[in-house]
Amino acid sequence: MTATIRDEGAQEMRGRSELTARELMREVGSVLRMSEAEVAKLGDMPDDPDEDQTMILNMGPQHPSTHGVLRLMLELKGETVLRCKPIIGYLHTGMEKTGEQLTFMQGGTNVTRMDYLSPFNNELVFSMATEQLLGIDGEIPERAVWMRMLLSELNRMSSHLLFMASNGMDLGAVSMMIYGWREREEVLRFFQKVTGLRMNHNFIRPGGVAADLPAGWRDDVLRLLDLIPERLDEYDILMTGQPIWRERLQGVGVITPDEALALGATGPILRSTGVAWDLRRDMPYLHYDQVEFDVIVGSYGDAFDRYAIRLNEIRESMKIVRQILDMMPIGDYRIQNKKVTPPPRARIDESMEALIHHFKIFTEGFKVPEGEVYVGIESPRGEVGCYIASDGSPTPYRMHVRAPSFVNVQCLPHMMRGGLVADAVAVISSVDPVLGEVDR
Amino acid sequence: MSDTADPTTDAAGDMVAAAAEMHGCPVSDSRGQVVIHPTRQQYVGVVKALADEGYAMCADLTAVDYLDYMRRPLPAGVTPERFEVVVNLLDITNRRRIRLRLQVPADDAVIATLFDVHPGSEAMEREVYDMFGIEFTDHPDPSRILMPEDWIGHPLRKDYEIGKIPVQFKGANS
Repeated sequence: MTATIRDEGAQEMRGRSELTARELMREVGSVLRMSEAEVAKLGDMPDDPDEDQTMILNMGPQHPSTHGVLRLMLELKGETVLRCKPIIGYLHTGMEKTGEQLTFMQGGTNVTRMDYLSPFNNELVFSMATEQLLGIDGEIPERAVWMRMLLSELNRMSSHLLFMASNGMDLGAVSMMIYGWREREEVLRFFQKVTGLRMNHNFIRPGGVAADLPAGWRDDVLRLLDLIPERLDEYDILMTGQPIWRERLQGVGVITPDEALALGATGPILRSTGVAWDLRRDMPYLHYDQVEFDVIVGSYGDAFDRYAIRLNEIRESMKIVRQILDMMPIGDYRIQNKKVTPPPRARIDESMEALIHHFKIFTEGFKVPEGEVYVGIESPRGEVGCYIASDGSPTPYRMHVRAPSFVNVQCLPHMMRGGLVADAVAVISSVDPVLGEVDR
Repeated sequence: MSDTADPTTDAAGDMVAAAAEMHGCPVSDSRGQVVIHPTRQQYVGVVKALADEGYAMCADLTAVDYLDYMRRPLPAGVTPERFEVVVNLLDITNRRRIRLRLQVPADDAVIATLFDVHPGSEAMEREVYDMFGIEFTDHPDPSRILMPEDWIGHPLRKDYEIGKIPVQFKGANS
């Protein structure tokens, strides 16, 4: 038993002649929840083609439509994709190992670089896990909670806007690339004003957020909310209603609810199959239970549904942002708990204790009680989770991030099976993987 | 972040109060989250039984190397081992989560795969194998996933030294 397993084997896709029938059938059948006999009867694929009629084509990791360094090996018969295997790891930088070296105070700088298109969501899940371990998750000031919601919803918009851009680009609507980036840039400009950075903010920290909102933030958000709806209507004209766009996406990369659940897919992929699962509504965190919004679901589970869901999620996010503007209270933006919050700058000049406290918290960090906790929230790509095990020291004993893209990439073989190689690009794009998060 | 932030908290409290055992496994409560501790023999059976109860999605599968922290708190009847495989299951019908913590000894780091119950655990099990060297019997693709396929060692183990091992690149002149 172990003899076969110890052989680490090649990561590449193996040819049919090297595989047993059981291995081939398990690839499909286990996800469809079928026995091997049932799979054999399926007969929707050219069964058992001769190996000299098929070709294994390597796509990526340097392919422009693979969103970074995703590598796919496709087994083709003519133009039909028979099998597909994603090969990842080209961007692996050991961020979970790094997370064990950084204190809870510094951890945000690490996790924010995982899903670099939705940094606030990563910071948020890390902070929430840390706060649960500290037992201060109920004491976060209201303003901080609403600020976190504001930022994560704006982040959802910027992430989906980038999806619009890259999806358009991948399918040949090249001008869409520029439009999507243009709108995203408007959102990033707001982030820069609030946090000082366009990406990788390290702004949401255990205990609250790093700083208060700058003067004039409300006008900036209102300007965004006025600007973007018109642009989304332009996208509708440019893409949604266009016959060419629909032809390219409808019926491409279909996945059923059972398959999506079996594969652990979350986010727009799961919702495109008609399963209304959104952690913001179903397991509310922050104050998502106090705002009104709709969970957008599809019905066919195809690439068009995933496109339409993301487009409409931008609209829903704007609806939430409007409510946040009305609800935003005045008050502290971080918890007044000396354990996790450094003293204000002015205090350091007049108090030796404050200076020592400031020095200790930034050099040693704060100690987090023993325990382990898993927190999951809804990022633009699905459930991003953070599992932290603490041994009572200022650094996490183990910090694991459940990356939605890492799990969602597993859907690719099932979405591509039986499709055309030209649609492979549409399928990758519709999954919207972020390779920084896949490889961590 | 408020008290209502985590709706599973109350449910978890009830469940723990109702049964200190679930499917014959000790149950503990970690910051309001339900954790059960199956043995390696019970593992797949428990996951199957939980899947029938509605925990239809394997949200996350990871591992922890407790080499430097063997004194961690565990419920009575669970012997701490070096490795722990942590499985987070999600029930989308009843909106609840459950976590399995499975003790895996270092000298026999082999457990059964969940692939036949939750095919979505395939990549996560490969990652655990790659990072910790825990093997999954009958896994369809027992190769490394993140590290190069000819890499030696398992980076997330606590005795894997940081920054002291020259980076290996296949076929590169160093």
